[in-house]
Amino acid sequence: MEVFQKLWSDIVKLIAEDGSRYLDGAWSTILLAVVATAAGCLIGFICGVIQTIPQSKSDSVFKKVILTVVKAVVRVYVEVFRGTPMILQAVFIFYGVPYFTSALSGGPVNLDMNLAAYLVVSINTGAYMAETVRGGILSIDPGQTEGAQAIGMNHVQTMLNVIIPQTMRNIMPQIGNNLIINIKDTSVMFIIGYTELFAVHKGIVGANYLYFPSAVVTMAVYLFMTVVCSVILRAIENKMDGPANYDVKTTDTLAQTSGTYNFPSRKAKGGKRS
Amino acid sequence: MSEQILKISHLSKSFGKNEVLKDIDFSVNKGDVTSIIGASGSGKSTLLRCINLLETPSSGEIIYHGKNILESTKGIPEYRSHVGMVFQSFNLFNNMTVLQNCMVGQTKVLKRKKSEAKEIALKYLEKVGMLPYIDAKPRQISGGQKQRVAIARALAMNPEILLFDEPTSALDPEMVGEVLQVMKQLADEGMTMLVVTHEMAFARDVSNHVVYMNDGIICEEGTPDEVFGNPQKQETKDFLARFRNE
Repeated sequence: MEVFQKLWSDIVKLIAEDGSRYLDGAWSTILLAVVATAAGCLIGFICGVIQTIPQSKSDSVFKKVILTVVKAVVRVYVEVFRGTPMILQAVFIFYGVPYFTSALSGGPVNLDMNLAAYLVVSINTGAYMAETVRGGILSIDPGQTEGAQAIGMNHVQTMLNVIIPQTMRNIMPQIGNNLIINIKDTSVMFIIGYTELFAVHKGIVGANYLYFPSAVVTMAVYLFMTVVCSVILRAIENKMDGPANYDVKTTDTLAQTSGTYNFPSRKAKGGKRS
Repeated sequence: MSEQILKISHLSKSFGKNEVLKDIDFSVNKGDVTSIIGASGSGKSTLLRCINLLETPSSGEIIYHGKNILESTKGIPEYRSHVGMVFQSFNLFNNMTVLQNCMVGQTKVLKRKKSEAKEIALKYLEKVGMLPYIDAKPRQISGGQKQRVAIARALAMNPEILLFDEPTSALDPEMVGEVLQVMKQLADEGMTMLVVTHEMAFARDVSNHVVYMNDGIICEEGTPDEVFGNPQKQETKDFLARFRNE
């Protein structure tokens, strides 16, 4: 049992000495993850919506060309940023942007490290979200689109009022996935010097060699952040589903056998599908 | 003879090499209740979907108040807002309540004020007997109720003509009645309706015009008495005989 006592005392020591550094690191991590996931969602929605714009034979040549080019650009973006490691993308952008801006302005211009980190994680998340949103849109029953078209909605109105709200609900679990992946994967941003939680851990153990105790603390903090995010996301999902019951104002005069039965919602059935 | 709303001429539709509609000609006058009957795969639903441009016809003309709507894609949403459609699978918006389903088209497409849209939505929901359920989501109500909401949603747009694509085919038998009752009421009030149906009793008793389709062409058409009472073509006789035997 002695080893546990030692571990405990090391942890206490770590928290006493460097507790605020861990907290700062955790704050940087969560901030980067939340902001970049939100930005990534925005990018993903824009890309996903662009990729599902219907093309018809009767479109003008101009529209056809523009659509084809824009869709191709989105496709390349998705493939590139989904198909390369984020750690490499960080290096690529952090050193790549100054490479060009310096040449243009004549002197050395460095890209702000924080800005680079936010940029890279957002763009990376956006590439994944683009495919998630595209899948989410495709998964909506075509009848929803037809119903909207039949009452005279154009494509934009149909997307805004009918398809995207349902897509949003359906891909919430995937957005949650991305947020949690980002909380952990932002740790690769240490490569460009962004001090999130993992960089803090590295800094601390470099000074006191308490590798394992610090790893325990860091693990606990990561886990705490991801679990809290999971719980919050689940609560948001439940909120989006709306109330499981509704009030019947009076009795239904037309239905004989139906109309008195309150159909259980998906949630009430205990189904975990989403 | 009353005013002609819709005239279809030489309408054809092919899916690849498969020609589903061949040179269809017919017209709809104000107040007509037209039933389109025929075996599955005879092109009834495709014809209805072509009229609402959910399918683009391969050739032919759809003349709405003297204007061919196939000439340009610009006016399509506006045209659709005048031509209501009720689907076999209801197609209510799952993310909205019953009331919102009946309001969204009015506010977004017809640009009505919210208060006005609500008043109109409530009026038609009352007509179809769904007033008690305005706060329910589509997943919380039965099939017959969904279809009645779908009818109210279409009516709330004040369409000139209402298309029904097998409105009772996806319903349990005990719910068919409540939907047919609403449709009969609409017909009695003079609504112009075009109904693709397998309900022969509805076609015979409620409509004033019956179109029998077979293999992508209009095989026979006329008043219910003519088509049901004294069919001229052998195909029509065979088709109706199958229904009588059931």
